[in-house]
Amino acid sequence: MPSELVFYPLAALTLAAAIGAMALRNLVHCALSAAAAFTGLALIYLDLNAEFVGFAQVLVYVGAVAILIVFTVLLTRGADGPWRASAFSPGWVTGLAITGLLLACLVLPVLMSPSLKRLAPPSATAPVADIGRQLMTRYALPLETAGLLLTAALVGAVIIALDETRPVPPPADQSLPRRKPQLEESPR
Amino acid sequence: MSPPLFAFLVFSACLFSVGFAGAILRRNAILVLVGLELMLNAANVNFIAFWRYGPHPQALTGVMFALFSIAIAAAEAAVGLALVIAIYRHRKSIQTEQFDSLKG
Repeated sequence: MPSELVFYPLAALTLAAAIGAMALRNLVHCALSAAAAFTGLALIYLDLNAEFVGFAQVLVYVGAVAILIVFTVLLTRGADGPWRASAFSPGWVTGLAITGLLLACLVLPVLMSPSLKRLAPPSATAPVADIGRQLMTRYALPLETAGLLLTAALVGAVIIALDETRPVPPPADQSLPRRKPQLEESPR
Repeated sequence: MSPPLFAFLVFSACLFSVGFAGAILRRNAILVLVGLELMLNAANVNFIAFWRYGPHPQALTGVMFALFSIAIAAAEAAVGLALVIAIYRHRKSIQTEQFDSLKG
């Protein structure tokens, strides 16, 4: 059962971390703030009884995506332009206006809908055994497709990020006898 | 006392707007990708909240959709950050306003 005492502080913390991730100047601070926001979201999933999604969120986002972002920040060091330059785009006033409009378009219908004022039903659980059973039966095709997508994406990411200007070392000559160079072992 | 459903929806709308603002306002390509991740996470909050408050939670549809969404977001992050690294290697810059070679 989700509780108010847990949700409202968590939501405030997550939003603050997300705003920090988008507004701070230092890129490392942004990455750490984004990791904090992902952790808060995982805790909200746990509060909503979706344990498996919460732990998947911790594993994938806090564990993998945040580390990937930190690595990218560190690999592209010094590309952030001069310190005096603004961290925001030149048209940031228009952007903020569009964002406010978007927020109003999203929030006003939600607040005006009477059917969304319902409270949580007393019990709803997502047991891991049921999730596994559904993944193997009803969602088998999406699971395989997701696996194929992840494989293709990761291989593609490696190929994209590969440094093609660096010379490739020549392949080892297989015709030579294997043990030839390493025979000078000192006799004891 | 459980929070009403619209509390989650308003929270997710705010999170989506924060991510959207970052994606269109920041000049750094890495932070644009972080903004995209925040928007995807806001959508996941909606999936989980509707699953928890919906009439048939035993169907697990929202949970499944959130799981697949997380997997696809991970693939997107990997490819996007690899693209940032590749562009940095060619341009020595990750400022989005300098990626304008295709501008007519």
